[in-house]
Amino acid sequence: MPRKPIAKFTVEHLQILDEKGKLDAKLDPKLSEKEAVTMYRWMRLARELDERMLKLQRQGRLGTFPPNTGQEAISIPIALRMQEKDWFVGAFRELGGRLVRGEPLTATLYYYNGWEEGNILPQKEMRIIPTSVVIGCQIEHAAGLAYAARYKGEDAAAVCFIGDGGTSEGDFHEGLNFAAAWKAPVVYVVQNNQWAISIPRSDQTASQTIAQKGIAYDMPVIQVDGNDPLAVTVAIDEALARARAGEGPSLIEAVTYRLMMHTTADDPTKYRGKAEEDDAWKKEPLIRTRMYLDKKGYWDDAKEEALLAEVKAQVEAVVKEFESAKDWQQDEPFRHVYGTEHANITEQHQDFLANVAREAK
Amino acid sequence: MAKLNMVQAINLALSQEMAKDKDVLLLGQDIGVDGGVFRLTEGLLDKYGKERVIDTPLAESAIIGTSIGMAMAGLKPVCEMQFSGFSYLMMGQFEAHATRMRARTHGQFTVPMVIRMPFGGGVRALEHHSESREILYAHLPGAKVVIPSGPRNARALLLAAIRDPDPVVFMEPKHSYRAFREEVPEAEEVMELGKSQVVQEGTDLTLISWGAMMRPTLKAAAEIEKKRGVSIEIIDLLSIAPLDYHTFTESVKKTGRCVVVQEAPRSFGVSSEVVARINDESFLYLEAPVGRLTGYDVITPYFGREKSYLPNSDRVSRAITQTLDY
Ligand SMILES: Cc1ncc(C[n+]2csc(CCOP(=O)(O)OP(=O)(O)O)c2C)c(N)n1
Ligand SMILES: [Mg+2]
Repeated sequence: MPRKPIAKFTVEHLQILDEKGKLDAKLDPKLSEKEAVTMYRWMRLARELDERMLKLQRQGRLGTFPPNTGQEAISIPIALRMQEKDWFVGAFRELGGRLVRGEPLTATLYYYNGWEEGNILPQKEMRIIPTSVVIGCQIEHAAGLAYAARYKGEDAAAVCFIGDGGTSEGDFHEGLNFAAAWKAPVVYVVQNNQWAISIPRSDQTASQTIAQKGIAYDMPVIQVDGNDPLAVTVAIDEALARARAGEGPSLIEAVTYRLMMHTTADDPTKYRGKAEEDDAWKKEPLIRTRMYLDKKGYWDDAKEEALLAEVKAQVEAVVKEFESAKDWQQDEPFRHVYGTEHANITEQHQDFLANVAREAK
Repeated sequence: MAKLNMVQAINLALSQEMAKDKDVLLLGQDIGVDGGVFRLTEGLLDKYGKERVIDTPLAESAIIGTSIGMAMAGLKPVCEMQFSGFSYLMMGQFEAHATRMRARTHGQFTVPMVIRMPFGGGVRALEHHSESREILYAHLPGAKVVIPSGPRNARALLLAAIRDPDPVVFMEPKHSYRAFREEVPEAEEVMELGKSQVVQEGTDLTLISWGAMMRPTLKAAAEIEKKRGVSIEIIDLLSIAPLDYHTFTESVKKTGRCVVVQEAPRSFGVSSEVVARINDESFLYLEAPVGRLTGYDVITPYFGREKSYLPNSDRVSRAITQTLDY
């Protein structure tokens, strides 16, 4: 009996808007002017907040945080295509997407300045899962959230973000396998920014692409230019449509670059060269999105200037609010250990209050 | 002798042992070119090469699982968990295999490996980066748990841990990494595992702690001694498992009073075991209940609140005073 191939797989790469601003008209998702401008506005706002946070951190006014600069074209267009009932399941580099979903800008500042208050949403119904610091943990949560949504007949999907490094954790493989076995309505988005702290993508996995890892679990996959918001838009639309049609999970690998340090505690000069960074800056997403707006006739220098001034003022106001509101109760954690009361906690709570009162003198 | 901080002292131990023993190799995230996120392994990649300083993909369970295999085959892996808060992802491998292999095979296969991990609070880090969970490992039969408190004992204990025939969880109090320096001899210095250290002899009260809490503990003891003219015996546990209970139960027989200081949550912690052992061995010598200053049974708060939750020297002083005045 001859050997014969029984399965063959391909991985598609999608780019619609390249770094020079060249647009593939056939693939263009044809966003309306309002949609396109809104998207760009969010990208500018996220960039401004990120840059401002870096300054605050350097001045000792904010704790350690992971900058998002350069990855705006992934979570922002995705959040814009999601519906309100969908779950937004982030890792920790989806600042823009969180803002689009309605998370207050102050939340990020509170969170990275050491306050649980930064996890509290204006309404639970916003369906934004708190930051996932433990790499990979959210991948399985997303499959569970999606399962629950279907079980409750909600017609909602979960969109889950992961870093390239996160794909090495067992949770990634276990979560994708569960999601696929259950045909759960979930979309996995890997933000492949080429680095996991100091480990380059090439040392993270021997796989040629990250997208192909989804093939192992039999889910539709695609690799997109993650600095191209139009390619991301098309990929998420397709994946969400499949999820809503009961066709199960998809995996999107969005290729981008971590332009800044891993977190403000990191020093990338130890492990990567400036030439690589300079090259990546030429491909960053805001430049090309601006060119796209220009070309479509939606934008000009005056509008750009007005937008820059507007987001600057918005962030300025948010920083003011952040810095004037940090007088939360020190004993708050005692109220949230359990949903029920127990003497073990209430007695320790009393002891804590006595300690704090004594030390305040 | 050079004055080193704990980071440099641990680096020295790793480097000297790697030079001496070809079977010692390092595995971890960002331990190579980056030198570790706390710079503990700085320079070791250049000295010992990629085959011995292995920058792994991002998977704690795989780091420990592959190390168990290496150890069974005769190597001595020294693994780094980037933070103890991420080490739970390897708990399955550790409990089910690392700690049991010797018993399952009556010693035919063993797992001589070290798992280093920074732990504890006080550095204004993000969530999951500040917990003190030594008890999770100490509770497992077959596991040794070592917690140094300063540069010199960190170096000497790490050497012992690498040479130990069993898996050792080496928990590094990150708050002490760069907090102070000590003379650390260039020449090899090894401390025995499973032993505590009486760091100061005294007659009126036994004060017990370990890791980063040794600093506020020592400070409080000095203040109380000066203020009240008492003499305090201070014990640094160093070895959490196995627990060197003879050292402190004998001390309590002498002093009749004891206070234990623990950063971790109060319930089911190391201090609970210390009190139980004193009850077993020294109960009739006690002149006061054993005092305990511990963390609270709450989820470790984010750093905006951290300071008010960590035991500090004022709280240690109060605990000592209450026990003296009982
Ligand atoms: C389970 C776990 N292990 C280790 C870490 C420490 N850590 C934080 S981020 C990171 C790298 C993440 O890389 P990647 O998934 O590519 O995401 P990126 O930071 O590039 O967005 C590591 C190792 C962690 N947070 N959780
Ligand atoms: Mg990455």
